[in-house]
Amino acid sequence: MSKIHVQCTINGEPTEFLCEARQSLLEVLREELGFTGTKEGCNDGNCGACSVTVDGVLVDSCLILAAEVQDKTVGTVEGLASAEGLHPLQQKFLEHASLQCGICTPGFLVASKALLDANPNPSQHEIRHWLAGNLCRCTGYDKIVRAVLDAAGTAE
Amino acid sequence: MTDHGETTRKGGEIRNFGTQTYKVVGTRPIRHDGTDKVTGRAVYGGDIRLPGMLYGQILRSPHAHARIQRIDTSRAEALPGVHAVVTAADLPDTTGGRIDLGEGHADTKYMRDNILAGDKVLYRGHAVAGVAAVSLHVAEEALALIDVDYELLEPVIDVETAMKDSAPLLHEGLTTTELNEDTGRKSNIAMHIRHEMGDVQQAFAGAAHVAEAEIRTATVHQGYIEPQNGTASWSEDGQLTIWTSTQGSFTAQKQLATILDIPVSKVRVIPQEIGGGFGGKIPVYVEPVAALLSRKTAHPVKIIMTRADVFESTGPTPGSYVRVKMATDASGKLVASEAHIALEAGAFPGAEIGAAAMCVFSCYDIPHAVVDGYDVVVNKPKSAPYRAPGATQVTWPVEKVMDDLARQLGKDPVAFRLDNAAAEGTRRVDGIVYPRIGGRECLEVARDSDHYQSELSGPYRGRGMAIGYWFNIGLKSAVTASVNADGTVHLVEGSTDIGGTRTSVAMQFAETLGLDAADIYPSVGDTSAIGYTDVTGGSRVTYATGWAAYEAAEDVKRQMIERAAILWESSADQVEYSDGVFKTRDGSKSADFKQLAQKLEDTGGPVVGRATVHPDTGVGGSFAVNIVDVEVDPDTGKVDILRFTVIQDAGKAIHPSYVEGQMQGGSVQGIGWALNEEYAYTEEGRMANSTFLDYRMPTSLDLPMIETIIVEVPNPGHPYGVRGVGEASIAPPPAAVAAAVENATGTQLNVLPLRPDRIINAMEDSIPAAAG
Ligand code: FES
Ligand code: FES
Repeated sequence: MSKIHVQCTINGEPTEFLCEARQSLLEVLREELGFTGTKEGCNDGNCGACSVTVDGVLVDSCLILAAEVQDKTVGTVEGLASAEGLHPLQQKFLEHASLQCGICTPGFLVASKALLDANPNPSQHEIRHWLAGNLCRCTGYDKIVRAVLDAAGTAE
Repeated sequence: MTDHGETTRKGGEIRNFGTQTYKVVGTRPIRHDGTDKVTGRAVYGGDIRLPGMLYGQILRSPHAHARIQRIDTSRAEALPGVHAVVTAADLPDTTGGRIDLGEGHADTKYMRDNILAGDKVLYRGHAVAGVAAVSLHVAEEALALIDVDYELLEPVIDVETAMKDSAPLLHEGLTTTELNEDTGRKSNIAMHIRHEMGDVQQAFAGAAHVAEAEIRTATVHQGYIEPQNGTASWSEDGQLTIWTSTQGSFTAQKQLATILDIPVSKVRVIPQEIGGGFGGKIPVYVEPVAALLSRKTAHPVKIIMTRADVFESTGPTPGSYVRVKMATDASGKLVASEAHIALEAGAFPGAEIGAAAMCVFSCYDIPHAVVDGYDVVVNKPKSAPYRAPGATQVTWPVEKVMDDLARQLGKDPVAFRLDNAAAEGTRRVDGIVYPRIGGRECLEVARDSDHYQSELSGPYRGRGMAIGYWFNIGLKSAVTASVNADGTVHLVEGSTDIGGTRTSVAMQFAETLGLDAADIYPSVGDTSAIGYTDVTGGSRVTYATGWAAYEAAEDVKRQMIERAAILWESSADQVEYSDGVFKTRDGSKSADFKQLAQKLEDTGGPVVGRATVHPDTGVGGSFAVNIVDVEVDPDTGKVDILRFTVIQDAGKAIHPSYVEGQMQGGSVQGIGWALNEEYAYTEEGRMANSTFLDYRMPTSLDLPMIETIIVEVPNPGHPYGVRGVGEASIAPPPAAVAAAVENATGTQLNVLPLRPDRIINAMEDSIPAAAG
């Protein structure tokens, strides 16, 4: 099977890769490019563990093909922290003990960042609504929602 | 829709009943592995990638019950890119053994047959063959080229049908063990156990109030987000290395050695970060298949389950049929109780029936009681432990009966439970006499809580409460501690960390030595780097591995005191250590831990502390109480949780945030069990909802904040008073939620989950609710 050549930007870095037409963005990120911070929980768009942004839009990377990101910018959990330190959401997740096993955490962080980019002052309900596509089986969501409220400065 | 506007109340309440205050224990430091987990650096089992690695896939049975007549793998083997195919024929014969899994045990023949089916497939999803290929996709294509001829057999998928004499038999060789004796009777009932105390019949005959319940609960899944995975590398010298996400590296090692019939010393298990388990990642599934494929191909092989594989072939928790009857005297004291508990073990025996029988009446002081428990095989995946396994199924009927008795007596449900609460000295039906426990304190805190004291009004709204119990386990743990030259300590422990236990263990070590939690660097060792440690299960890690950390710290202290004595040309009995400072008794010399650590080179070299523990007495059980307010939509039957409070006895909360996290997580799993989750089956016995879309676990939108009150009744059997907190919180939610829905709708409900259609039917069958 001949491979497709794709050029894109991942976490600010110009990147190119070869992929098969049938490979999802998730598979290429994890298996070909080594971005294993993006997790796989279901591979059918129902858990959000694989959340990334493509041109700033929150997507489940298991639901799009790698070949679709030609000329696009991809954001993963690995791009959240910088040389200056953790992103405020990452810091708040730590302070609020918002993770137990941590497998859902990259997806929640990427999704929460996309929320705050779109709506810097979300209410608790808006947070719960936005994050309803991300499953967490460990925390019951309480401490995740509190961390996002705190990061947004909208803690009630 | 749940109103999320006004329910953000502050969590974090702690009610202390006699625990000490400490410097580190009871604080909330950032977890040691936190940064790796929020940046994506942490390596989970699925993230492993080795040079030359092949990808494995597993062919699974499409049928619930069938005899395998022929497997032809030749077409698959011929596909370019395929390196090998394995079937049960590649597994050694391990008939006749039995191994201990820490939480539960397993018959080795059954374990082997569950890894790759022998002559029969016993559930849809049962593994039949494994393939290793150059890519996931090639492996997937190869699966379609394996030809299997099946002779279909009639499936039996629920416990009541399976117990009938006329039911199709899963195992021709299975006979019922009745009260420890093999009856020789062929049946799907693998085991019948009984606990009995007092004279139950006579006590019922003389009782003033009697109530009964008969309930059924659906098969549900642990629902961890990370699918099972395993990577194997079988080297030419016979050494097998396994990278996997497991709740117990040593338990995995033992299972692998048994299934593959090789010495444990030949298996090294390197535990990776684990994305949830809740009991479901104690058994091995794909690891032995990856091992066989690795041996056959001389390449490392990685297998990751699909989500459908996880649902259809890994441990759900048993569906159940339970009957409970209880009675009080005229004053409202419980005098008698009886329970009949039948649990679906899945395809092979081994439902947690013993645990269910221990937990059923564990919250109460009842002089006369009898419990019958049945472990029954059905054509579903072999069940695995799920958080307080067996407790949730039996808590609902008991609490339903308790509510009924409270109504008959005209008593408040909490007050009635307090009148009958088990306490120190109470004998449980299985013979255990309680040491100091915190059930009564949990009920008192619930009674006095803001939530219970608040008003709830409005149509189709109702409140429920319930109490549940889990006994917790001790078992074996090992810890080593290396003192660094800068006065920090590297701590290696054998317990895999699913929810922050590196930190709760390190905090106990730090407390014991008077150090800061941040100066301890905890890590999880593989099976070649640390002594035998039992599973992360039974709520045992903070308790037992924490105890090992305490002992290791004591060992470090002893050695450091000897070093100080050398340094000061004194003797060890002249040196004491407190608050992080070593000093001679006459006060002439002193050094803090860091200063002395710098001098280790001059006084004999490194200091390494070590400890192993095996606490078999002293394990402290934990109680959890829920208060829940619901609103039911009378048109659709949908239930909204308006407010939820969980109160649990932690003994001593080492890291209160992670204790709250356990309470909240267990509560929400219990809410899912109550309202949404179930394995839906077709008539042919196929699971019809093996995706997260159709197997509906709670999302953030379905829930309010989960309020917590930690109760601290210290466990006298632990240096810091710790009880385990991981499990009890899942036991009461279905009972509390069901009671709330019954109160909101004026109905009686007897089947989980409380699906909207069931609620609507119950409302139509009953007199219109007073609440309306
Ligand atoms: S892995 Fe993509 S949504 Fe679950
Ligand atoms: S922390 Fe485990 S799934 Fe969210």
